[in-house]
Amino acid sequence: MIDLLAHNALLVSLAAVAFGAILTPVTIRTGRREWLQLVYGAVYANFLLVSIAAVSMVVALVTHDFSVSYVAQVGSRSTPLLFTVISLWGALEGSILFWAWVLGLYSAAVVALHRRRLGNLVPYAVMTLLAVAAFFAILLVGPADPFLPVFPVPADGPGPNTLLQNHYLMAVHPPLLYLGYVGMSVPFAFALGAIFSNEAASNDWSILSRRWMLTSWGFLSAAIIAGMWWSYEVLGWGGYWAWDPVENASFLPWLTATAYLHSVMVQERRNMLRLWTLNLCVATFVLTILGTFLTRSGILSSVHAFTTGAIGYYFLAFIAIVLVTTLMLVAGNSERIQTKGKLGGAASRETVFLLNNLFLTAVMLTVLVGTLYPLVAEAVRGVKVSVGVPFFNRMALPAMVSLLFLMGVGPALPWGSTTWADARKRLYPPGIAAMILGAIAVIAGARSVYAILAFAFVGYAAMSNVREFWIGMRARHRAHGESWPTALVRLVAGNRRRYGGYVAHIGVLLIALGITASSTFRSEREATLTPGQTLTVAGHTVRLKNLWGREEPQRSVIGATMDVVGKNGAIIGTMEPRMNYYRVSDQPVPTPAVRSSITGDLYVNLMAFESSGANATVKVIVEPFVPWIWFGGLVIVIGAIIGLGYGGRSATAPAPATNPAPSIASADS
Amino acid sequence: MKRHALATLAVVAGALCAARPASAQGVEARSRPSVATAADSALEAQTTAVASTLRCPVCQGESLQDSPSDLARQMRAVVRDKLRAGETPDEVRAYFVSKYGEWILLEPTMTGLNILLYFIPVLLVIGGLVLVAFLVRRWTAPESTTP
Amino acid sequence: MNWKRAAIAVLAAAPLIALFAYGFSRDPAEIPSPLPGHAAPEFTLAVFAPGEGPLMRPLGDTVRLGALVGKVVVVNFWASWCGPCRAEHAGLSETARQYVGKPVRFIGVLYNDGAAAASDWITQMGGQSYPAVMDLGSVTAIDYGVYGVPETYIVDASGRIAYKYVGPIPPSVLRQWIDSLLPNATATGMMPLAVVR
Repeated sequence: MIDLLAHNALLVSLAAVAFGAILTPVTIRTGRREWLQLVYGAVYANFLLVSIAAVSMVVALVTHDFSVSYVAQVGSRSTPLLFTVISLWGALEGSILFWAWVLGLYSAAVVALHRRRLGNLVPYAVMTLLAVAAFFAILLVGPADPFLPVFPVPADGPGPNTLLQNHYLMAVHPPLLYLGYVGMSVPFAFALGAIFSNEAASNDWSILSRRWMLTSWGFLSAAIIAGMWWSYEVLGWGGYWAWDPVENASFLPWLTATAYLHSVMVQERRNMLRLWTLNLCVATFVLTILGTFLTRSGILSSVHAFTTGAIGYYFLAFIAIVLVTTLMLVAGNSERIQTKGKLGGAASRETVFLLNNLFLTAVMLTVLVGTLYPLVAEAVRGVKVSVGVPFFNRMALPAMVSLLFLMGVGPALPWGSTTWADARKRLYPPGIAAMILGAIAVIAGARSVYAILAFAFVGYAAMSNVREFWIGMRARHRAHGESWPTALVRLVAGNRRRYGGYVAHIGVLLIALGITASSTFRSEREATLTPGQTLTVAGHTVRLKNLWGREEPQRSVIGATMDVVGKNGAIIGTMEPRMNYYRVSDQPVPTPAVRSSITGDLYVNLMAFESSGANATVKVIVEPFVPWIWFGGLVIVIGAIIGLGYGGRSATAPAPATNPAPSIASADS
Repeated sequence: MKRHALATLAVVAGALCAARPASAQGVEARSRPSVATAADSALEAQTTAVASTLRCPVCQGESLQDSPSDLARQMRAVVRDKLRAGETPDEVRAYFVSKYGEWILLEPTMTGLNILLYFIPVLLVIGGLVLVAFLVRRWTAPESTTP
Repeated sequence: MNWKRAAIAVLAAAPLIALFAYGFSRDPAEIPSPLPGHAAPEFTLAVFAPGEGPLMRPLGDTVRLGALVGKVVVVNFWASWCGPCRAEHAGLSETARQYVGKPVRFIGVLYNDGAAAASDWITQMGGQSYPAVMDLGSVTAIDYGVYGVPETYIVDASGRIAYKYVGPIPPSVLRQWIDSLLPNATATGMMPLAVVR
């Protein structure tokens, strides 16, 4: 019953979005703007209809309605409620339904917030969003229909993928990822809308779209960190990033979005890099679709590859259409979008932004080329090759370390221009911090050049960004006699975009510190212990107490109870690494135990055990500063939220007196 | 590794395992993992370095070093034995390539078409730096050059 | 709209789209083995399950591949915990019986499993005509580039691996390959190749 309702809702939603997408140009060409209400109505209707379908699916999952194909595929009576609900995005069809719902949500929000704006930019942007929505609606009524009837109705199902039901972070990471990924359709829609409406030469579209980009970027940043955390907690090897194709797929649009967030500032101030910024906007969206295609179609082998089948061809067709259409539109209109650039001087923040964009793009292309290379090698040489961690580390780390350095230079330099002597003076304190942190790293035992440089540049950039707050607060404190906390609050509130950016920088630096420290100073040992035996790694001692087994409705759990022994021999804690054996899978899911403190993690994974309980093989890893990565993710999100606030015009306030920016009034037609 | 769980469920946890079809035998014959001893930390470091460049055949993109699977563990032992026998890291890698194909290398060799993979990013950065230098020069040039 | 620029941009996208289209014709999980055509790695492994009748090898005996030169050898990697191994077991056992008296030997190499569990499994499955050997530490499996079980290798009379099959091997394929390697086989002209499931 419910499946029929949902299926029909999806059919009607396809009709609605197709109708809206086609009606938009007709409306504009014929000058009947009142018809736009119909288009916007279609957007709201689509959101309502897809919501009905999504809620129906959750209801079907929770009520274990195995007559619905998707429920029969991922549902199970023994799965706990939380994991039953979140299996909405646990497999292909459900995740596409969820994608369509998030897109519906964003589209409705765009209409609600921007529909009163004059001109054709918003209608054309909405048309683009509807066209994208049409693709997902086609998938949902065609090859990825989650509401197919199943007969005879099975009594029970296999439950969701074991990796996905083993940790609560799976309730967090996918929605964040979709909010980030799908949200990037909005800036893309504004970019295409700007071309269609001949407004690409103005700053208007990017002022409208940059908040959407920042929102999506914040979600995507959080999603990437949550994904790292999940793999750290579930995959059992003590790592959080493996350059797996699906990880790369989430990282690629993040890189271009980050580049966009920087270049758009140059565009707004200097009326330049217009075509480039638009390209970044478009590239970000294309990369989200490309990433989904690569990892979901089974074209590359990945942890997350769901399935191969007809749906891959739909994605291929969609990607071809998107690539061809956008490239045609952007290249065909490039002459009109391009503007002449003008810089105050070489020693300026603008120059740093150019370099920042260069390195972000270089990392993006390196990761993209590395991810696609196995396909190229097979096509050209007929040989299967792997491109994994050593390659990406070797090729991407230098550019990433350079970016850390630039994060320190950029905030220290003013917009416009300055003298080299002034630049040197501004970069002096960060330089000291760099030397101190670099020296600490060497004393602590770091020997790799990249590691030492990374530590030094983290110190450099941290000093530089924190100093911006310090200088601003000091000025307020002196000028207005404000207390330090008041000065900080007013400083940030006065220019939220700028200081939000610095907060995000600090978040990135915390992550960089966590990653560099945990990979440089990681120590691990594996040993087979009998109860009572201890294993010591880098000053941390654990003792095997006993092995145990436990039966749960959906799985069997084997665990080892390990005492953490303090310096004086007292027990200071207990850890229980486990292996979870789900009914549906031959592969056990390791569930390492992690004991976190501010200086790092003690990570214990159960590798193997004797059936009699006589001994257990455990891997103990000591990873300094790992929690800083998760904390840094939180700081980035806080930075994004601050930056989203309406900080007034001060985002473009202190224009240098030496070299007035060229008028941008002409562009704001 | 299912069998170990079955066995343990039956033996350690008593009668918990009724739902499982298979019985619990045969674990005793399993070879214990070859465990790293601190005795030869240089060998261990070399094993780690080589194992980090080889892909675990039964995992998704994980290296032999990182994978907790049985096969990866055994392959690490093979790496260790070969290094101990005096083979160079390259010889050990060549052995695995002869058995599993180039696929097993996590980093493609710098030969033939693969060279492109290494040079494209480098060329992009160099080209990009030249372009940025050129643009900054042009954009900061005196007013006369801009129309 | 500058159509010339637009056309150039679209042409630039064509190779990428072609690459993805090509990607669909490939299975990323399918990795060809480099071994067929090369000398079969030597092994000497202890028998833990003797086999039956004429194919029996006493418990504790060792099987050395090098001693079987001149015979076609079917080396099957398997385990009791492996689901697909159940599917091929009866066919393998029966095919081995059919070649009694011919210069053909079958060897089951146990992969990551215990002797007791494996022997029980054989009993459960109704016996096994050919002997099975124990591969401690999977050294032989790694020498043969085994990814998982079941995998079957066919070694020709000169000690060279002629074929590899990944997954449960159908008896018809097995017989066809063995026959093609026997001296009096009608020349099939078939080139040895790795066939992957």
